[in-house]
Amino acid sequence: MRLIFEKSVTGRSAFSVPRCDVPGEPKIPRKYLRKTAARLPEVSELDVVRHYSNLARKNFSVDTNFYPLGSCTMKYNPKFTERIAAMEGFLSLHPLLPQLRGGGLLTQGALEVIYQTERLLCEITGMEAFTMQPLAGAHGELTGAMLIAAYHKDRGQKRKYVIVPDSSHGTNPASAAIAGYEVIVIPTDKTGCMDFTEFKKNLNQDTAAVMLTCPNTLGIFNSRIKEICDEAHKVGALVYYDGANLNAILGKSRPGDLGFDVVHINLHKTFATPHGGGGPGAGPVGVGEKLVEYLPVSRVMQRPDGTFALSYNHPKSIGYIAPFYGNFSVILKSYAYIMRLGRQGLIDVSEKAVLNANYCRVKLKDEFDVPYDRICMHEFVISASRQKEGGVSALDIAKLLIDNDIHPPTVYFPLIVKEALMVEPTETESLQTLDRFVGVMKEAARLSREAPQSLTQAPLSMPIKRLDETRAAREPRLRWELDSDNR
Amino acid sequence: MSYIPHTEAEIKSMLAAIKVNSVEDLFSDISPDLRPKSFALPEGRSEFEVMENFRRLAAKNATGLVNFLGAGFYDHFIPAAVDSLADRPEFYTAYTPYQPECSQGWLQSIFEYQTAICELTGLESANASLYDGGTALYEAAMVAVRATGRKKIIMDSGVNMVYRSILYSYTSNLQIEFVETPVVHGQSSREEIFRVLDDRTAAVIVQNPNFMGAVDDHADIVDKAHSLGALVIQSVYPLALGMLKSPGETGVDIATGEGQSLGLPLSFGGPYLGFMACRKQLVRKMPGRIVGETVDRDGKRGFVLTLQTREQHIRREKATSNICSNEALCALRAVIYLSLVGKQGLRELCELIYRKAEFAKTMFERVPGVEVKRSSPTFNEFTVRLPQNADSVVSRMIDKGYACGFPLGRFYKGMDNYLLVAVTEKRTKEDIVKMIESLEAVLCA
Repeated sequence: MRLIFEKSVTGRSAFSVPRCDVPGEPKIPRKYLRKTAARLPEVSELDVVRHYSNLARKNFSVDTNFYPLGSCTMKYNPKFTERIAAMEGFLSLHPLLPQLRGGGLLTQGALEVIYQTERLLCEITGMEAFTMQPLAGAHGELTGAMLIAAYHKDRGQKRKYVIVPDSSHGTNPASAAIAGYEVIVIPTDKTGCMDFTEFKKNLNQDTAAVMLTCPNTLGIFNSRIKEICDEAHKVGALVYYDGANLNAILGKSRPGDLGFDVVHINLHKTFATPHGGGGPGAGPVGVGEKLVEYLPVSRVMQRPDGTFALSYNHPKSIGYIAPFYGNFSVILKSYAYIMRLGRQGLIDVSEKAVLNANYCRVKLKDEFDVPYDRICMHEFVISASRQKEGGVSALDIAKLLIDNDIHPPTVYFPLIVKEALMVEPTETESLQTLDRFVGVMKEAARLSREAPQSLTQAPLSMPIKRLDETRAAREPRLRWELDSDNR
Repeated sequence: MSYIPHTEAEIKSMLAAIKVNSVEDLFSDISPDLRPKSFALPEGRSEFEVMENFRRLAAKNATGLVNFLGAGFYDHFIPAAVDSLADRPEFYTAYTPYQPECSQGWLQSIFEYQTAICELTGLESANASLYDGGTALYEAAMVAVRATGRKKIIMDSGVNMVYRSILYSYTSNLQIEFVETPVVHGQSSREEIFRVLDDRTAAVIVQNPNFMGAVDDHADIVDKAHSLGALVIQSVYPLALGMLKSPGETGVDIATGEGQSLGLPLSFGGPYLGFMACRKQLVRKMPGRIVGETVDRDGKRGFVLTLQTREQHIRREKATSNICSNEALCALRAVIYLSLVGKQGLRELCELIYRKAEFAKTMFERVPGVEVKRSSPTFNEFTVRLPQNADSVVSRMIDKGYACGFPLGRFYKGMDNYLLVAVTEKRTKEDIVKMIESLEAVLCA
């Protein structure tokens, strides 16, 4: 499909500029003005509408396809929350209003949303307090790492290391490094958990924190998790909970009760806000008692009279980590979702997410290697290593799924499993959908034995075939050039 | 059961397939001592009841104020087609386009967004978006640190105070030295910047228009910085680039900014859109997702996420940043907005906004005791000195139905009587005239 820029026709326009109702023809001195106009598209409104409508149709999405992308929790996003976010009383609200004298009274509804969501997340995770500010999961991790650094600094300690297991999300080591820490990686043992002996060997007075995902990216809940937290605390280290997989344990376990000091939650995973093609998300951070005073400013407080206000007077705070109060409309949608489901609804979420994952695991284990074959939580990892011997890779299987209108699982992650396919069905998928997925996967296994060539050609039903990614990286073309040849 | 399709019979058959007796058996790894001490949440409610609850909450927020409040976040008009297209679920219920063959819609849209940002900023490369203008500025500072191997950063105090604070928070454990330089007569102090600029400087960070609204030409700072091997980072207001000298024309190395003005609602602070564009030489040091053009097996053009070896899922602790989710849906809104407004429309829109703001200045000047700061040209936002404390005036103006501006004393010492006023295309002549009448009444009372 041609680019919107390639559809441009000189002199065409879609925009109706409001009438100028003020007198005067003031001019800015020329040296401050741009000399050549930005070459934006010159198109009609219908051109734009048709262009992006047709582009939309070239995407797989939760609303149109089964999307078992591991660790991303691609569950159904209820429609009513979109309507709430579009309510005028939220949509047009200027974020600086509550910072004006007398302005707080004009934003009581919005401040209440933030405050109440914080309280609900505290109860769900067992933490003492939350900040809703982090704008994505990784942003929450960075905030958490900064809180950990502030805590140690306040105690006059300069701890150097953050421990992560080798099954962790890439964001964990990256966030720790950006906060100024060196990263120590602990291998995974035969049961799929962080090797406890290796962990203890590397844990010492220089350890600032241990970052864990629980259940981990293999979908396994480490039954020694509390012991790990206790060991870390013994040497004065803190423990960080990566909430990417919280969808598995709602009402079944709480990071706060296990001994975690900091958690982040991906609202765009567990709490059903849409991922938006890669964002916006939201990564609120919860802390235990000893870290509350370091939380970023501003914080939302409830006054004795029941009204809500922003508070800035927190001398030990790590300061500003975002311009305002977080991705407000994302927070709003997750609050609505929690209110809609309630206590039992959230427990059901985890139970059915775990049920769906185990059902798929059991159905696939005859055809695929399951490196850690045990009851899993909300997701599991299979390996296409058996298929690989016949020349078919995890990627080939992924592409065959695309030809069957299924979005592939996460592939080649976690890094510790060869030819990994990480499957997270989520609770909102029906038995019929799971059976169809299982059927296609079994067909992939059969084809990889009988006709491996056919798999390496997939996908054939999409607007394009497999793309040359090496060429994209070697000769980066990151924007349209006016003089580039039209293909 | 909300959004869960399982019938009792299905649950039974699934448990049988797994060979366990109950759903609870699936949670046996979580021993009793690891179970919640409490899970005291309210019970669920119907969609109708929840909607009613949020209608009540929304009604507690003021929507009727006539808005002259900006300070980096503006009340612009959003064409209906932006909402209509960005509300398509094939866009908003997709994930990051890891599988290019079934994500060409997203990948092409982001490629077009990157092109639009390059065109606006006059720079060669752009990424697929960042969280917001403040975190984008921090990421740009880190690009400069990596590119130069230096750790000193000169920060103009015309940069939004919140953005400066974000940079200081993020770098507090990284031994980065910041030197803040003053604003003199509304503009970046050349004297001070040139005094502290040296061969240890990684970057000079400036904003255009600056927080007080002043438009500047930073070309002389660029020349001096480049002669010492330092980069210049400019935080810009993207809509204003329909009119103002672009970062590329100024010669800066990296441009960042808040993309909220490009078709995003104010929405009480987010989601917003951080954008970043840079010179070609810096592209492999950029953070975040980047989409590139390539070909498929038949030689047909297609788009993929590229240069991924910079990123956390490949490089882990050695990545250029930890960013995973960005603000793709906001970037989509921006490119749709810019396509609708178009080449000519953007220029005309900027002219209109500028003329309205200049008219508002003349109206302020008619109020006894009010002085409009005119030492620098401005675009849509300007500073006025009031005869009284601005904080208090703003508060009294709210009672009259106006958010008349931002009191600068909140961010700048000694500026308690200064008010920052923003005008957009949505403010009519009548809005401006009546606001001034109310201001006169408030000042006389």
